Amino acid sequence: MSIHETLGPHSKPPLTVDGPSISPLKQGKTVSTAAIGPWRLVAGKLVRQKVAMVAGAIILFLYLVGLFAEFLAPALPATSKPQYTYAPPQGISLFVTKPDGSTEFNLHVKGYKVEIDKAALRRTFVVDDNKVVPIGFFVKGPAYQLWGLIPMDRHLIGPISPSDPMYLLGTDRLGRDVFSRLVYGTRVSMSVGLVGVAMSLILGVVFGSISGFYGGWVDTLIQRIIEVISAMPTIPLWLGLAAAIPLTWSPVSVYFVITIIVSFLGWTSLAREVRGRFLALRSEDFVTAAKLDGSSEARLIFRHILPSLTSHILAVVTLAVPTMIVAETSLSFLGIGLKPPVVSWGVLLQDAQNIRTVATAPWLLIWPSLAVVVAVLSFNFFGDGLRDAADPYDN
Amino acid sequence: MLGYIFRRVLYMVPTLFGMSLISFMIIQLPPGDYLTSMIATMSDSGQAVDPAQIERLKQIYGFDDPFYLQYLKWMWGILSRGDFGWSFEWNQPVSGLIWARMGSTLVISLLSLLFVWIVALPIGIYSAVRRHSAGDHVFTFFGFIGLAVPNFILALALMYVAYKYLGLSVGGLNSPEYAEAPWSFAKVIDFLAHLWIPIIIIGASGTAALIRILRANLTDELHKPYVVTARAKGLPEYKVILKYPVRIALNPFVSAIGWVLPHLVSGVTITAIVLNLPTAGPLLFRALVSQDMYLAGSFILLLSALTLVGMLLSDLLLALLDPRIRFN
Repeated sequence: MSIHETLGPHSKPPLTVDGPSISPLKQGKTVSTAAIGPWRLVAGKLVRQKVAMVAGAIILFLYLVGLFAEFLAPALPATSKPQYTYAPPQGISLFVTKPDGSTEFNLHVKGYKVEIDKAALRRTFVVDDNKVVPIGFFVKGPAYQLWGLIPMDRHLIGPISPSDPMYLLGTDRLGRDVFSRLVYGTRVSMSVGLVGVAMSLILGVVFGSISGFYGGWVDTLIQRIIEVISAMPTIPLWLGLAAAIPLTWSPVSVYFVITIIVSFLGWTSLAREVRGRFLALRSEDFVTAAKLDGSSEARLIFRHILPSLTSHILAVVTLAVPTMIVAETSLSFLGIGLKPPVVSWGVLLQDAQNIRTVATAPWLLIWPSLAVVVAVLSFNFFGDGLRDAADPYDN
Repeated sequence: MLGYIFRRVLYMVPTLFGMSLISFMIIQLPPGDYLTSMIATMSDSGQAVDPAQIERLKQIYGFDDPFYLQYLKWMWGILSRGDFGWSFEWNQPVSGLIWARMGSTLVISLLSLLFVWIVALPIGIYSAVRRHSAGDHVFTFFGFIGLAVPNFILALALMYVAYKYLGLSVGGLNSPEYAEAPWSFAKVIDFLAHLWIPIIIIGASGTAALIRILRANLTDELHKPYVVTARAKGLPEYKVILKYPVRIALNPFVSAIGWVLPHLVSGVTITAIVLNLPTAGPLLFRALVSQDMYLAGSFILLLSALTLVGMLLSDLLLALLDPRIRFN
């Protein structure tokens, strides 16, 4: 709430309107430093928290990666090259040594050579320091359609000759590029969190508002339901719900059902938060004033109360996203969430289920796990910062 | 106090009812039932399906009954004679299958809870008293990692490390040679050698959360006037800290049972699937996939009931510790 709301309806509000309030006297915005709007206060408080800002930047980066997955990935996620199965990751080098001993700038990765593992009796690939695979930026690669719309064939990075191997993070059992799959997985995993949170936001705000605004038996009933749901251990519940998805469904519908399942348990904490705030705000003067002014209930809720807790809701929502990401990852890992050909971090980790596979190709476990952990950590830090900043008048 | 306990137990009844309803709804969700999937497998493998036999099975299990009737029958069986239904896949009563598994789930959850307490208490106190010291930063860092890494990834990572660098095959709660053997001293040692990995994995995130809470609570307490008074009176520093502020900051340890336990039970479920532990998790997972509905439903119901009992215990303990709670 901004300052004049607390003054009651009859005192003349200052002409410094920059908040979620209504004012009939909005003539030419004159923002003075004496009264900064609540959003600018929140933003100012947030910017001062360095960890939260770094975390926010990482989150933004991950979403950008997801957005431009087709362009950033050097290969298509489903393209398999059986001649390079379980190839280890290559490092990028900048210089090559020419036969006469001089060095020359040439962005490249090292090629592979085949060795026979005598103990395990199978072929293994090792990075061959003598083979040079030149790579470059904005190279022509496999054709794709950006967002399914724009046909393109340029990739941010890739081998200059498309038939050369470039596997920055190695390959999997079918010789698919782990780096490209990770990039495509970012799109799916990060968006599951976003869509799931949007759904639990709707559920949480609706139930929380009703519960907190009306009180009485409606409140008791909703609180009981929330209690039951939040007392149930999440993973058995998720398992049960996910196992109910018919195997014949298309990947897109499975994707949406998984997000619904994931949000099914996420909305309860949000509803609690919203309810608590409603209870506190219901008796505030500005709500009473609006009520006496003849505002309808809907107007009271949506115009007067909800805007004052938007920043809190934002913080709770941010802290709910990592739970959703972990849920999707766990379910897909167990094979009852998203399924191939959809690529998500959980689907990638499915390849790491067998410990012997992980022992031969640890990169199948390391990189998708790292992606999950970085995403979860960033959301937690950013959400913590947002929560601290959420109440700009509290000091 | 007795009145409080009574009220609190009475309170559990509607919650348990809601849980049983949700459990039953979940297992009714998949289209078809165990019979249809059995018929499908039988005709796939070319076996003749006898319509009379199917009709007979339908009659026995009541698959044609409406939802509420099936639910009531199931509930009545549980309440009147402890009969949780029939497991179609194992072809034996559910109650014979679940108790051993629930027992090991309970044991591992409780041991993990102990682990959480034992580790979080000293670290939490240290972090609060020596705020912003190097040790505090190290613990905070590991705490965040513990919170952020999902159980199953931690399980995979530890399995990988144990396999690659220690040459151990982790998984299960006993080595193969002891799996069927009767309990002996050697088996107990073997059991303990297997136990530490799941307990660390399951307890990690709970420990991290509790350290953060204890650190925050204790920090608030340490600046209160009574602490200053105690110090001014010349109490030794360890007594100043341990005797009063720590005791007050300990409240979340007790209330933690309430929210850490559902968390731990969840963690046990998925960790057990990855590590193949003989707890409820793997069996529940199989039952869900094969639509063995009564087995799956009973597991979900009992795991939920377990967390509910944990919450009750934590509420009662809190009321015992803090009389103000009782009278509100």
